[in-house]
Amino acid sequence: MIRFENVGLRYGLGPEILRDLSFRIEAKSFQFLTGPSGAGKTSLLRMLFLSLKPTRGLISMFDRDTATLSKDGRAALRRRIGIVFQDFRLLDHMTTYENVALPLRVLGMDEAGYRAEVVELLQWVGLGERTGALPPVLSGGEKQRAAIARAVIARPQLLLADEPTGNVDPNLGQRLLRLFIELNKSGTSVVIATHDIALMDEYDAPRLVLHEGRLHVYD
Amino acid sequence: MSTIEPIETMAEPWDDRSPAASRGPVQRAATPIVQSGSIAGRSLTAVVAIMTFLAALTTGAVLMIVGAAGNWQADVGREVTIQVRPVSGRDIEADVRAATAAAQVTAGIAEVRAYTKAESEALVEPWLGSGLTLGDLPIPRMIVAKLASAVAPDFAGLRRTLAAKVPSASLDDHRGWIDRMRAMAEAAVAAGVGILLLVIAVTVLSVTFATRGAMATNRPIIEVLHYVGATDGFVANQFQRHFLLLGFKGGAIGGGAAIVLFGTLGAANAWLAGTAGGDEFLALFGSSAMGIAGYLAILTQIVLMAVVTAVASRHTVNQTLQNID
Repeated sequence: MIRFENVGLRYGLGPEILRDLSFRIEAKSFQFLTGPSGAGKTSLLRMLFLSLKPTRGLISMFDRDTATLSKDGRAALRRRIGIVFQDFRLLDHMTTYENVALPLRVLGMDEAGYRAEVVELLQWVGLGERTGALPPVLSGGEKQRAAIARAVIARPQLLLADEPTGNVDPNLGQRLLRLFIELNKSGTSVVIATHDIALMDEYDAPRLVLHEGRLHVYD
Repeated sequence: MSTIEPIETMAEPWDDRSPAASRGPVQRAATPIVQSGSIAGRSLTAVVAIMTFLAALTTGAVLMIVGAAGNWQADVGREVTIQVRPVSGRDIEADVRAATAAAQVTAGIAEVRAYTKAESEALVEPWLGSGLTLGDLPIPRMIVAKLASAVAPDFAGLRRTLAAKVPSASLDDHRGWIDRMRAMAEAAVAAGVGILLLVIAVTVLSVTFATRGAMATNRPIIEVLHYVGATDGFVANQFQRHFLLLGFKGGAIGGGAAIVLFGTLGAANAWLAGTAGGDEFLALFGSSAMGIAGYLAILTQIVLMAVVTAVASRHTVNQTLQNID
């Protein structure tokens, strides 16, 4: 589904922070992306999300060479990928329901057509009672679940999560991990970027480890 | 390695919360994607309103100057005078009659009025004082000819006729006055137009910068829309529509206030016309009533402000999206 071949990345004229990355993310797979702070996890996630272009190498996503994509083509591919940010990135002036429904709204879908689906998803992530609440009054865990719901509402083929348990206690972290596992079981490929060893020990999944700019895969 | 609990045995972490207060209807009217009523938005509306008001005032003032300058020239240019000097050996009354007759048959002259001897003396009385016997003084006689608006006057023909029949008469077509008046009016109009262009440039720049300032608070929205898969066109359209309305609202407030002001001045003009104070005011400042062209210019400025605001927001969105990528 996604293929990296000899991908390298540098910012400006600085040193290459990611070198010769070659790996695949298969359909319906689950993997952790880990490494020490500053190893380049977020940069790699941004390349996976088409919001950063590599300085060399080939990235193929959904059988398309990303280097040849137009802006709208990149937006179309991005719609097949969901992303959960560490800082949630919820819009404070919109309710939880509206935040979660946003990906469908930008697709031009009619609200009547997706309302039931959004409510069902919100109930599934435990936010059925918080549909009308604005993000500033949500707890950290609730915001994280709202962000996850927004990332998966458009049924992406790939879900990327950047330190999804970084702002929650271990118990809630475990619940969120279960949520990701459930999403994976329903057919979505999942990449979770984390340096939480305890979280990774909770679930048997391949680990993509970034170290000194290179990627090592441990099955 | 896997120690995660089976789903069935896990207590949900959110079960111990009682969020009844936040429960609500699933949806009311959809919240606009671009936040309306923000402080930055209100500030931008105020800036657009104030700048549009100032630009409209300048426009009105310049149009009034243009109108007044045109009226000055027209008033002076609408008539010519024939001066008949008393010359020994000639009957001045006969000369006046001959000059009047010559003027009356000249093409382009609509009306001729010869000042009588008494009227001519009255003209010089302010300078010489009353109570004098002016009969012995060689006071020239004036003939005022009003020009027809439709036909070009034949001054050359009239001059030839006067030279042949009334050598003591001279024709003054006010050319010297008109030239000086035109130079003055053109200078006033050029200065006014220059000021107007500067005001419009400042307005456009300040509205552009105010829009960029307001857009800075919207960067998170642009990023989120981008990340959830919105095309650049979709994001830009959302902001463009929002800021077009903001700009139009501000422009309508400022331009509307200017229109009300000019309308009130026009009404006051009409109301005061004929009164001593009103005539003094008109003599000093000219008419403050603005024609339809002025109102159209202000309406155009309102639309211009809305367009500038929308274009500036779209430009900022595109720049932000480029930075994100």
